[in-house]
Amino acid sequence: MLKRIAGIFSGVLVSTLLFVSTAGAYELVMPSMDYRTGPYAPNGIPFANGYHDYLVMLNERDGGINGVKINLVPCETAYNTKQGVECYEKVKGEGDGALIIQPLSTGITYQLIPKAPVDEIPVHSMGYGRTSAANGKVFKWIFNFPATYWDQAAVALKYIGDREGGLDKLNGKKIALVYHNSAYGKEPIRTLEAGAEKFGYEFMQLPVDHPGQEQKSTWLQIRREKPDWVLMWGWGVMNQVAIKEAASIRYPMDHFMGVWWSGSENDVLPAGEDADGYLSGAFHAPGDDFPAHDDIKKYVYDAGKTAPGAERERIGEVLYNRGLIAAVYASEAIRNAMDIHGTKEVNGAMVRDGLEAMDLTEARLTELGLPGFTIPVKVTCANHAGPRKVAIQQWDAKAKEWNFVSDFYDTMHDIVDPLIEEDSAGFAEENGITPRDC
Amino acid sequence: MSGEALFFLEVVISGLMAGVMYALVALGFVLIFKASGVLNFAQGVLALFAALALYDFIAPGGWVDDLFGFTFPIWAGIILTVGVMIIVAWLIERLVLQHLVQQEPIILFMSTIGLAYILEGVGDMLFGSDVKPLDIGIPQGASDWLLDNYGLYVEKLEVFAALTAAILVIVLAVFFQKTRIGRALRAVADDHQAALSVGVSLRTIWVIVWSVAGMVALVAGIMWGSKSGIQFSLSLIALKALPVLILGGFTSVPGAIIGGLIIGVGEKVAEVYLGPYVGGAIENWFAYVLALVFLFFRPQGLFGERIIERV
Repeated sequence: MLKRIAGIFSGVLVSTLLFVSTAGAYELVMPSMDYRTGPYAPNGIPFANGYHDYLVMLNERDGGINGVKINLVPCETAYNTKQGVECYEKVKGEGDGALIIQPLSTGITYQLIPKAPVDEIPVHSMGYGRTSAANGKVFKWIFNFPATYWDQAAVALKYIGDREGGLDKLNGKKIALVYHNSAYGKEPIRTLEAGAEKFGYEFMQLPVDHPGQEQKSTWLQIRREKPDWVLMWGWGVMNQVAIKEAASIRYPMDHFMGVWWSGSENDVLPAGEDADGYLSGAFHAPGDDFPAHDDIKKYVYDAGKTAPGAERERIGEVLYNRGLIAAVYASEAIRNAMDIHGTKEVNGAMVRDGLEAMDLTEARLTELGLPGFTIPVKVTCANHAGPRKVAIQQWDAKAKEWNFVSDFYDTMHDIVDPLIEEDSAGFAEENGITPRDC
Repeated sequence: MSGEALFFLEVVISGLMAGVMYALVALGFVLIFKASGVLNFAQGVLALFAALALYDFIAPGGWVDDLFGFTFPIWAGIILTVGVMIIVAWLIERLVLQHLVQQEPIILFMSTIGLAYILEGVGDMLFGSDVKPLDIGIPQGASDWLLDNYGLYVEKLEVFAALTAAILVIVLAVFFQKTRIGRALRAVADDHQAALSVGVSLRTIWVIVWSVAGMVALVAGIMWGSKSGIQFSLSLIALKALPVLILGGFTSVPGAIIGGLIIGVGEKVAEVYLGPYVGGAIENWFAYVLALVFLFFRPQGLFGERIIERV
């Protein structure tokens, strides 16, 4: 406890000193929309720590991005849409202006979609948010690479097809979706409905209200209907309860698959051995055996520059690594912006160009100390979702670790692309947007 | 028994068991409301705080382990947590309640809202926000015997919770009816001024009743923490107790139990049989519908005291 309190105070002190010492000079303002409090804090904290640590490491090791210091501006959203929008309004004008916003909430992202072009600050909703923002022709300021929820749903079907002996074997099967009853949880429904039409499986929808602490009736319905596969779009306590309930009704864990937000250590550890075999989507590796993690330990943890309360032993957890890769994408976009515009003093519009020019190859990932950490990402004017590839990972309860059990699957373009086209066209029409020609 | 009938039985049993879990939270509300007329908004946070404290006494990696390099056995951890809850109750009385004697109930209610936020913040600072798996040996998972022999799914944790709640109600009933302190509590509940005039110390009674509510919160925290891991969303279980209180009455211990059972069964049956026709996820608000329907017929709740004021 004393260590924790000391950590909190030293973190606050260091942040204050950093702020005071760097005030005045041009800085790269990078807001961090955190949620370290509230019911979703257990998931928000590791993500926020990963984001914080990577950017602080860049400051300490390289003097920032191309020598320009990063001013990391945290703002607490508590995973609450209203609070998140207030945060955005607060941080957007910080210093020389926010360069990129990563809202870490589908609800907040939806609210910021109309604000981004007005304020000229790009929004990167990495693997969440509005799926059809993948269409860069319509959503100039919104990016959602490296994959969307519809891609995850399509890949889940592909994986199930592989396990069942082919996609044609889905005919007559029953697939249930247990989802957080929110904008986020409802995202995959259209894809799974389209999949049901194409492959002939029966699709069951089982919403769970926030926060999801009590799900008995959901799992009783699963027990009665006996779906062949259960997919989950959950977050926070909903995931832990669902995995325990599934184990209770003896649902086979290797037929229970969560989206990438339902596949962290937090989700499976409370269920203990019962969670063994549970599956989830993933777009980056777990673990801390990458050179970038070594640098974080050296320049951030050894130097006592951690976020308040951060613990060294949690480096490399799934959600920590997700925060880290979000920071990598953001910092690379800024680097691209500097190269494209030939200046170190970039603004939001320039960073938008940097995001659209993102070409994060394996060679570049290796240079960044993250070889094999994730798939290469190439973003274009038309495609803001990048590679749209997803792998499946499985929990080993004995070893307490996630292991990849598949390669990265490509999405089902024939199902998902028309949906993206249709949804984004509807958005363009409603909002009087003329799609860009690219 | 046909498959459908067996399934209906499972839904009802699950509803009853879930209802007991809600009742455990509602009991804490009832105790404080009975003694002081305060709706304690912080009851859910008390359950969270108690569970967090217990975890840190008994679990490897908890702060006792961090500071002293050992952990307490479960029974000692529970006793120590009871001690912590008594200290919390004493602090609440000293720092909050004693300054609000004779104030309107709404002021006291608002102070408990503040208290909820403070306890949540302090809990976060002291114990961290991680999910903490709680395993104190309570059986979990389906009853294999019932499932294998009768195809009936009943959750062992919830049966354990039901037995615990039954014991808790008996203990509370004895405490209220048979002990001197219990009689004093009832006297304060009936009329503060009259109780004060015969020498009952309101401040002592408040410390006692908040301590007892803290212990009930510990039981609720253990049950809910065992179910989902201890985490900050535990504080939201208070929301599940509100329809139970509306239905059962704010001043009745049996009302909390019966109300919990009715709400539990009602919401599960509604979700399973009505939910699929209206898009699902109706159980949270359906519980309130059910409670409000009961209020049409008994405005004071099923077991609440009917207040008659003569002009």
